[in-house]
Amino acid sequence: MLAAIMNSTEAKNLYRTDYSRLKGELAGHGEAWIHEIREAAIARFAELGFPSNRDEEWRYTSVKPIATIPFERARYDIEGLAPDTVGRASLGLLETSQAVFVNGYYSAELSSLRGVSQDVKVGGLAAALNEGAEWIESHLARYASYRDHAFVALNTALMQDGASVYVPPGRIVQEPIHLLFISTGGKKASVSHPRNLIIIGKGSQVTIVENYAGPEKGNYFTNAITEIVVGENAVVDHYKLQRESDEAFHVATLQVCLGRSSNVSSHSISLGGALVRNDVNVVLDGEGGECTLNGFYMVSGEQHVDNHTRIDHVKPHGTSRQLYKGVLDGKSRGVFNGKIYVHKGAEKTDARQTNNNLLLSLDAVIDTKPQLEIYNNDVKCTHGSTIGQLDQDAIFYLRSRGIGVESARRLLTYAFASDVIGRIRIDSVRAQLDKLLAAKFQKDS
Amino acid sequence: MLEIKNLHAKAADNEILRGINLTINAGEVHAVMGPNGSGKSTLAHVLSGRENYEVTAGEVIYEGKNLLAMTVEERAREGIFLAFQYPVEIPGVNTTYFLKAALNAVRKHRGLKELDAMDFLALVKEKMKIVEMDQGLLNRPINEGFSGGEKKRNEIFQMAVLDPKLAILDETDSGLDIDALRIVANGVNALHSKERAMIVITHYQRLLNYIVPDYVHVLFDGRIVKSGDRQLALKLEEKGYSWIEEQVQKNQPVNL
Repeated sequence: MLAAIMNSTEAKNLYRTDYSRLKGELAGHGEAWIHEIREAAIARFAELGFPSNRDEEWRYTSVKPIATIPFERARYDIEGLAPDTVGRASLGLLETSQAVFVNGYYSAELSSLRGVSQDVKVGGLAAALNEGAEWIESHLARYASYRDHAFVALNTALMQDGASVYVPPGRIVQEPIHLLFISTGGKKASVSHPRNLIIIGKGSQVTIVENYAGPEKGNYFTNAITEIVVGENAVVDHYKLQRESDEAFHVATLQVCLGRSSNVSSHSISLGGALVRNDVNVVLDGEGGECTLNGFYMVSGEQHVDNHTRIDHVKPHGTSRQLYKGVLDGKSRGVFNGKIYVHKGAEKTDARQTNNNLLLSLDAVIDTKPQLEIYNNDVKCTHGSTIGQLDQDAIFYLRSRGIGVESARRLLTYAFASDVIGRIRIDSVRAQLDKLLAAKFQKDS
Repeated sequence: MLEIKNLHAKAADNEILRGINLTINAGEVHAVMGPNGSGKSTLAHVLSGRENYEVTAGEVIYEGKNLLAMTVEERAREGIFLAFQYPVEIPGVNTTYFLKAALNAVRKHRGLKELDAMDFLALVKEKMKIVEMDQGLLNRPINEGFSGGEKKRNEIFQMAVLDPKLAILDETDSGLDIDALRIVANGVNALHSKERAMIVITHYQRLLNYIVPDYVHVLFDGRIVKSGDRQLALKLEEKGYSWIEEQVQKNQPVNL
């Protein structure tokens, strides 16, 4: 099924050629501002090329499989969708606040946004770009930097569609907005570059779920970027659930900018994928911002999952909390790299970071690396990471009460994950996740 | 019910049990006493199937079956219960959930109907009274943040729920104040029955003021060097373990 293998120059050229060919028809192509951004991004991509292990940020993650496969640009194709794909991926969320994207393209026919009030705009980015919406121009591609990240550059140059969400000031949006990204994974290896822009007005409150799903088999590459701009005093609860095919590649950047006294929690759950890289970058750009990052990854077989977080404390009185937990089985490999950067002006910063890993097999590997860079004396920063195995005493204790050894292992693995899973505030998502974990466990053992 | 014949076991390269012989019948309470390092806890763990120990010789017949061939959970389902000297704290696993899973695994094995949440709760409420346990503890993760006394009570409570045929109490009295000791001992006594046998392992005679054994065995250096009735325990209290040590080292028969 895999097509020919390319070398790195061929790979670079493939995407540059794609860009030259497509630039006249990409979303917003009539607009000078976006054209300039795209041009700069593709030029930067040409300079950077795909990262290698010599690059510190990619030391433990080789993107060679991505760089050597000549992915075709994915097309909007709902013929290829298995019946009830949307229903099965729904996470039990209301179907009336759901925007569906197929291979990165907004699908009006599969989406239903009847439950979302009129002045809250949810839809496709391409349409919003082509309409020339002002809020798009002032925010799109202004936060996620393509300067030092080849995949961000690639997405920025080649982005076509994705989600656009605009919540005006002072709105309390009750129902979670569900952004469902489905890859169809056709016969040929394909790539999509979903691009999401989420703007939350001053004092508003919203819950957003980004859900990446696909068929169990299928070789596709998702290169996603989500920019979230959080207005003053706004509250955002964000979820990203990644459960694509075990043959899929998934590279994603979440870029969040927090205004004064705003509060963001973002949960990143990675279960699927052959090679997964998540960058979560948060800038506390206003005084008194508060951000919580929770992460959970559970991988097995030959899966590779890499979570990079970076929190920039720019202004005083910012608080950040990070808890990332991972369960690794088989020959899987995990990476956690968490950077906290406290800028000179960020007095009274209070930052905490924790990464705990559970290795279920002798062949699983985790590289965990906390990094603190602090340019202010008046701060409180702590970090800690652990790597462990299931507690043999606990297994014996459970077995001595009649519980079978496999059940005991499962129970203890759930227990390990329970605090981070417990932080998911949407009951139906938490319940679905429990089921997914049980299924994954069943499959692995 | 239980027949231990010439049992030898080692951990790493240390031989700890060096030929234990012991027969226990239904309804009997056997106290096993001995100084630190004599092999008391090892005996308890070997009987419940802990994999850290290797049985190098001997056999254990339980209800006519080869106990040593069974896995840990099979032994539990067949009715062996170990009350731990140091109950394990298991964060994230709710006590009620755990105990219901355990009870239903045992019931299933015995061909009984699994209990639903309602019936289970009714059973649990009844059994909690035996050890005067606070119901709040049930909603907490297993043993997490429990005091020493609460942990030991939780062991006896689990024993009451799981209804074993052979209960092994490994130093259940150690570290308890007199009130907790009384509660735990009362719980154990309430569970005493004609069908159930108990092995009470203890370092101190004090527990035997509350739980009256039918037999007392003294374990020293991996062997039972003396067996008797309750009087033996009193004698040990008076003379201490060093007295046994001296006699064993002189190769003399241990006489009172």
